[in-house]
Order: sequence, then C-alpha cells, then structure tokens
Amino acid sequence: MVLYVFVVSYVGMAEASHFKAPIGGGQRVLAMLFAFALFVELSIAVLASGLQAIGTDGPTVAFGFGGPEQIGRALLTDFLLPFEVASYLLLIAAVGAVVLARRRGGIHEEEQRVSAMSFLRPPGVGTMAEAVEGRTGTPVHRELGPSAGDGAAAGEPTSPRGSGL
Amino acid sequence: VSVSWYLVVSALVFSIGAGGVLTRRNPLVVLLCLELMLNAANIALIAFSRMWGNVDGQIFAIIVMVVAACEVCIGLGLVVALYRRRLPIDVDELRELNG
Repeated sequence: MVLYVFVVSYVGMAEASHFKAPIGGGQRVLAMLFAFALFVELSIAVLASGLQAIGTDGPTVAFGFGGPEQIGRALLTDFLLPFEVASYLLLIAAVGAVVLARRRGGIHEEEQRVSAMSFLRPPGVGTMAEAVEGRTGTPVHRELGPSAGDGAAAGEPTSPRGSGL
Repeated sequence: VSVSWYLVVSALVFSIGAGGVLTRRNPLVVLLCLELMLNAANIALIAFSRMWGNVDGQIFAIIVMVVAACEVCIGLGLVVALYRRRLPIDVDELRELNG
C-alpha cells in the first residue's frame, strides 16, 4: 500500500485524469452486469450450499486460536518449505522490480535535468548550463529560431545579450 | 456470526474487484482491484480456517499475501518503467503483447 502511494506520487497528477476515465459505453455496463451476476452466483453458491457446517458458527476454539504463537509454530514446522520458498519469491520480486524500474542508460534519451535555479533565474542570462544546452540568448532570440538567428546575425545582432558569455 | 456471512462478504469484495478490473484502464487501479480480489480470497480462507478450527488456512492466507506483494511489486515496477519511457499509462493503449 505504501508502494502504491509512492508510485502514484511519482507518476504524478497528470495521469490522475485516467482514474476518472473508465472505458465507455457498452463494455462498462457489461462489466458491471458481469460483476453483479458473479456476486449473485457466489451468494447462491454459499447460501444454498448443501454444506451444513457453513451455516453454523463453527467449533468453539480455544482463546488464542490463530494467534502469533500458533501461526509461528505452524510456519516453522509444518510449512517450513513454503515459508522459505515465499522468502525467495519476495527476494526475486524485489530484484525484479529494481531491474524493471532501473534507469537504463543509452536505450532512451537522457532525462532532462531540472533544477530549481532554472525557474528562479531569468532566461538568457548566459550561464554555463545554458551555453551547454544551446539556450543562450533572450526569449526573443529563441523565438526567431536558429536559422532566423543565423540569417539575422549577418546584419544587426538580434539580441543584445546573446553573445555575452 | 455464521461462516456463510463471511463468505458473502468475500463474494461481494471479489465482485467489486472483478468489476474494477473490467472497467478501469489505469494499471494502478487494475492492480488495486486485483489486490481486492486476492483479499476476498483471504477472507474466505480465514473463515474456513475458523470453521475447521485449524490454522492451515491462515498460513495459506499469509502465503497469498506474499504472492500478492510480489505481484504488486512487479506491476508497479512496470508502471514506473512505462512512465520513464513516456508511454501512456493505460492498459488499452499497451496492446503490443496481444496476439
């Protein structure tokens, strides 16, 4: 459950519209109908069952039935093999999740690095980061585009601070 | 409370989960509904365990929880990988593996 919270906050609220966007029309009605029919069928199977014990409260069990002591004893004696297999399963799942969600270098393009300073700083002040990313110049310079900027560079400079590195 | 009411609650939760799996498109919600179905099975297991006065059903429920945790772990890993690749997080759009 905690994992859900983390993943939902990671994936972000941009995808939250999908939470309210179920599939449309006929399939939705059909699915609801199917779910209701399933509930009715299971209820009939349970309530009209021939098993007499289902209708009773069950045997009176001792206090502490199903407590940690009994469960621990059962897990480590009768069910030791499933216990160990479950531990390996958890280990493999954790490793698999890490491998799946790992950042792969080289398969897709590098994620753009976002820092708080890029929002605080006015654009076009000629920092080294902007020079590396080719974003020098004022917004006007960038609107004209590189081709327009190159064409106009022969004439007058379009940006007074464009080459102020 | 007789055992049958636990089973009815279990059937109700399972039906809600099945309906959610069929109607929702977000894999996160689909995983949540799968979890709901597995927990409905757990309710039934523990009710039967109480009915027989035996802890074996509870052990089975714990194993089911472990398997559910693994499944959710892998599913959320897939969701994060999808998000990293800027793919749509929508099970209707992700149909490259169908036949």
